Amino acid sequence: MSLINFFLRHQHEIVQATLEHIWLVGAAMLLAVAIGVPLGVIVTRRPWLSKPILGGANIAETIPSLALFGFLLPVPWLGDRADRLAITALTLYALLPIIRNTAAGIAGVDPAVRDAARGMGMTDRQILFQVELPLSVSTVLAGVRVATVLTIGIATIAAAVGAGGLGEFIFRGLAMVNNQLILAGAIPAALLALGADFILSVFERRLRPAR
Amino acid sequence: MNAGTQHDSCRDPVIEFRHASYRLPGGQELLRDVNFTVGRGETLVLLGRSGAGKTTALKLINRLLDPSDGEVRVEGRSTLAWDAIALRRHIGYVIQETGLFPHFTVEQNISLVPRLECWSEERTRARVKELLGLVGLDPEEFLKRYPHELSGGQRQRVGVARALAADPPILLMDEPFGELDPITRDEVQGEFQALQQRLGKTIVIVTHHVDEALLLATRIGLMEAGRLAASYSPKEFRVATDPVAAAYVAHLRMHEKVRGTDEPD
Repeated sequence: MSLINFFLRHQHEIVQATLEHIWLVGAAMLLAVAIGVPLGVIVTRRPWLSKPILGGANIAETIPSLALFGFLLPVPWLGDRADRLAITALTLYALLPIIRNTAAGIAGVDPAVRDAARGMGMTDRQILFQVELPLSVSTVLAGVRVATVLTIGIATIAAAVGAGGLGEFIFRGLAMVNNQLILAGAIPAALLALGADFILSVFERRLRPAR
Repeated sequence: MNAGTQHDSCRDPVIEFRHASYRLPGGQELLRDVNFTVGRGETLVLLGRSGAGKTTALKLINRLLDPSDGEVRVEGRSTLAWDAIALRRHIGYVIQETGLFPHFTVEQNISLVPRLECWSEERTRARVKELLGLVGLDPEEFLKRYPHELSGGQRQRVGVARALAADPPILLMDEPFGELDPITRDEVQGEFQALQQRLGKTIVIVTHHVDEALLLATRIGLMEAGRLAASYSPKEFRVATDPVAAAYVAHLRMHEKVRGTDEPD
């Protein structure tokens, strides 16, 4: 009961923090897709670049998130603004699943289909945009979905560098040993993750090519 | 000498293998010193077991592969001298499992090469309808379907229609009727035979079915372990004495016997 009252009393702050959270995650995901999909394509085109690219993304993924925010803090342009910093760190986290799924999606295109495309005289670019990418859309989206859910969770840590978002409540709650405050951050974050997961999974199913 | 020139030029081989070999980057030789020619309007069937190098030979013609040694000439020019894209659009290609694009409708699949070649929309649409008619599918019913909504035989027909779309003078077919059940296969083969006579394309077909070879070929090339072991007309093939050809004919006889003794010859 008291929790509901607490939520109602602070609804403006919660909505505000949720919007900040969505902004951080949304911007990071757009960047991650814009960078990750081309990198995934490069991985399938230039096998010798696949190790450094996947390796790099892997390393970014393994750095503890709090440490990554800390590492980026002294970087000149990035450290100037907290949301800039947070979005960069979240983008780095989101890259790996997107790169990997893009590469897997393209590699998973039926060789007969690719052979047919080449044999009919499609250029590499035409094969990529008209055949390989359309056939990989659902696999790429699966990567985006994993990355989004992951990023929504990690974005709560962005509050540690002052970027706002739902983590704000969690950190304050931890400091004040106030469970209601912690839940005011954790519950909306969990709902966001569930909602994003659901919406993206619907798209993923819609866009899966029929066999 | 002079009188024959015109005649000779018509007889110029459309496809010519000159000591063509193909090795994998690892050094494994898939094709060794293959020589043959295919004249205009001829149908060469490359017959052999899996791994004999048939598909490799086919891919050398539309430059999906480049020969490691020797050369492959198409219409008098080495494939290496052709622009690969121009060469491929000059050649229809039908492959195993048809390779239809699963995310394209029948119409989009068939019209792919015309669209790549920037045909007008009306011309493309008319051509697609014409082709569907040619392969015996009702345009009204099939234009908007996706490949997964077709039966194996229908897919195969769409594959043939797609290869013929921009009216290429050369057609390459890799096990084109491979996935079909025997009855559909007979049916589609029969239709294709009629089509072949009407269109007069230069065709190379890869298969391991001897009955298909005898039905469709003007010339049969027998492939063994990366070499062209021998080349026969269908008539010669039936009475050939070399062990491999004889084995194929024996196989055929056996099946004919199964079909019934009252069948003539």
